[in-house]
Amino acid sequence: MGTEAGEFRPTLAAAGVGGPGYAGRVTVWTEITGQRDAVAELARAAAIDPRDGFGPVSSEADGLFEGLSDTDGSVTAADGAASARSGGNANAMTHAWLITGPPGSGRSNLAYAFAAALMSPDGRGDDNTVRQVDARTHPDLGVLATENVSFKIEDVRRFATTSYYSPSVARYRVMVVEDADRMTERTSNVLLKALEEPPERTVWILCAPSDADMLPTIRSRVRTVRLRIPDVDEVAELIARRDGVDEATAEQAARLAQSHIGMAHRLATDPEARRRRDDTVRTALGIRSVGGAVLAAARMIEVATADAKAYTESRDAEERESALRSLGVEPGAAVPAALRSQLRALEEDQKRRATRSLRDGIDRILVDLLSVYRDIVMVQLGRPGAVINREFGDDIGRAAAASTPARTLETMDEIAVARKRIEGNVAPALALEAMLVSAVR
Amino acid sequence: MAERRGSKAAGSKAGASRSPAKVAIPQLVWHDVRPAPVVLISGAQEFLASRAVSGYRDFLRAEDPSLEISDVEADAYTSGELISLASPSLFGEPRLVRVSNVEKCTDAFIEDAVAYLAQPADGATVLLRHGGGVRGKKLLDAVRAASGVAVEVVCADLKKDAEKMDFASREFRVAGRRIAPGALRQVVAAFSDDVAELAAACQQLIADIEGDITEDTVTRYYAGRVETSAFTVADAAIAGRAGEALVALRHALDSGADPVPMVAAFAMKVRTMAKVSASRGSSASSLGLAPWQIDRARRDLSGWTDEGLGVVIRAIAEADANVKGAGRDPVFALERMVATVASRGTLVATPDPW
Repeated sequence: MGTEAGEFRPTLAAAGVGGPGYAGRVTVWTEITGQRDAVAELARAAAIDPRDGFGPVSSEADGLFEGLSDTDGSVTAADGAASARSGGNANAMTHAWLITGPPGSGRSNLAYAFAAALMSPDGRGDDNTVRQVDARTHPDLGVLATENVSFKIEDVRRFATTSYYSPSVARYRVMVVEDADRMTERTSNVLLKALEEPPERTVWILCAPSDADMLPTIRSRVRTVRLRIPDVDEVAELIARRDGVDEATAEQAARLAQSHIGMAHRLATDPEARRRRDDTVRTALGIRSVGGAVLAAARMIEVATADAKAYTESRDAEERESALRSLGVEPGAAVPAALRSQLRALEEDQKRRATRSLRDGIDRILVDLLSVYRDIVMVQLGRPGAVINREFGDDIGRAAAASTPARTLETMDEIAVARKRIEGNVAPALALEAMLVSAVR
Repeated sequence: MAERRGSKAAGSKAGASRSPAKVAIPQLVWHDVRPAPVVLISGAQEFLASRAVSGYRDFLRAEDPSLEISDVEADAYTSGELISLASPSLFGEPRLVRVSNVEKCTDAFIEDAVAYLAQPADGATVLLRHGGGVRGKKLLDAVRAASGVAVEVVCADLKKDAEKMDFASREFRVAGRRIAPGALRQVVAAFSDDVAELAAACQQLIADIEGDITEDTVTRYYAGRVETSAFTVADAAIAGRAGEALVALRHALDSGADPVPMVAAFAMKVRTMAKVSASRGSSASSLGLAPWQIDRARRDLSGWTDEGLGVVIRAIAEADANVKGAGRDPVFALERMVATVASRGTLVATPDPW
């Protein structure tokens, strides 16, 4: 299971697609940054009419790909459109897709863009469909997402059952599974039957960090679309355009986020997030003793907990309030015994979400630290130009001089071990301490 | 009929006056038998409660062997039972009504019992066994307000070692036997988890052995049985006593300790030590620790090096992963960790599984 750092999900409408400014030239794919090949493949598939399975519906297929910022990729959008139009390309579409890519590369955004394209009558995402997909209210869209560490098997089972409904208004019924890697083997098996022989007009879209995260039995039932890590420039350009920040800030945010789009957005727009990141890096570089490492771990956990709390606390209270309202309990009144189990279930869900968001926070910290040690090893190997954390150039230089590449690599391995351990339920504080102890210089 | 109405009116009056939930009745310990028309036996410690109940029974029977004993289950109570069992019989024998499960009682029971408090029957003793919880709070408040009528026997868990020692030494004293202080300590250490087990062990010694009970006899009976906590293991390991720590670890595992909290105890102790070592002289509050924790950690730190702490922290993290499924044998992982900690980090860790 991969942990995805950064929980920011820009909606298509927020990005200007389908909003009042929606024009024929802008497509659902516009905001997908730096994924030319994947977009071309999916756009080609979406253009196929499910009724005959041949050729695009739109006579003006070229319009589909206008949104792509550059067309110098190996498979250009125009090529894709041309081959789709030339017909005889029924193989372009299939019933189950797996979108894989590193965290922050926009897997789920691409999945929803694809879903919108598939469900709209013209195969390119019309206004209404895009808006409904954004709100996740489209009647033919099934979404399975979790804010917990893993999916519950009952939820997945129920979800798989709904895939057998035929679409009511759209061309397809689209079943999107975000974070398909967050399933135990037993849970994954629930999907097998539905994935293998879905009804005629149901399309599955699974998202996962890598196809290695999926069971072989799932992998063999889906077509994989791989996303690449977008370039820093591409992400910076997107951030500058969308968040309206100046170029220098956008470049810095994109670079520090290592092209994680959600993270870059956060760093560019939230000064608190920037300060936290700087704090983490400075703390890690300042560890001189084992005691210091333990104190540093405590500080980082504190930051991650506060972060997670800020994210969950207000939502928890809100959810509780709305649950009480829908159960018909007066505000401030005692909860009747018969309803307590429902509230307890809600609280348990919230607790699971808190675990997940703490883990995500710690994972983010570990990824930041990984970039720091990567920088140190780069300097040690004589490539100071490739440093990510330029703002800490001096500290990184000093740290590089104080150790050897072998030791730095060892620390990086320890970070990987810590991430793996946290996934395996090791107490986060303990995993972080053990990792930072190896970073004592 | 007239009587019923009267008692009802009195009951509602008692209910109205209960609002300040004050305790106006004597609160006794479990072995203190003081006759009263109504005795509330509260607290979660089931064994002590049953001792208290039998204490009352023995006392009342000693007073008058014709004692009539009846049992009522409050969770299956129907209206009127209590008064019919407690009201005087033809020959006026004393009566003992034992009511169990008051923590799950029916509403009818609360009503009847509150009414009974206002007019207890002559020559009857009602024992109310309430195992804790909020159910029947109205009744509890009414009982606790009924001074002169009721007493409460509080049967809380024995938490401290001193309380357990008191309990055990009382067992021997009541039986008129003497036990050597060392022997007493040994018995309590062997059965520190469960009061019932401790009592049974004491009774066994009393029944089997003639004359004074010495350490030798206790060793013969219960040698090798020690109930230890994770912290005992951690303390021994951190002090460098590898053998003792491993023995304690086995004792703990055999008497039901789980590997996961064991690792957590080690992690907590070593974390405190590392924090204290990094901040000599700074105050307790800045570390988020209690003063006694800091003193303890300072003492623990003697003989430790910074590198040693580092090795140990990594070993504990590895053990945590291994007891949570990354390794095949949780007990081996624990022993490995204990050995590393007891060597103060000089033992080389196993190669990384990843």
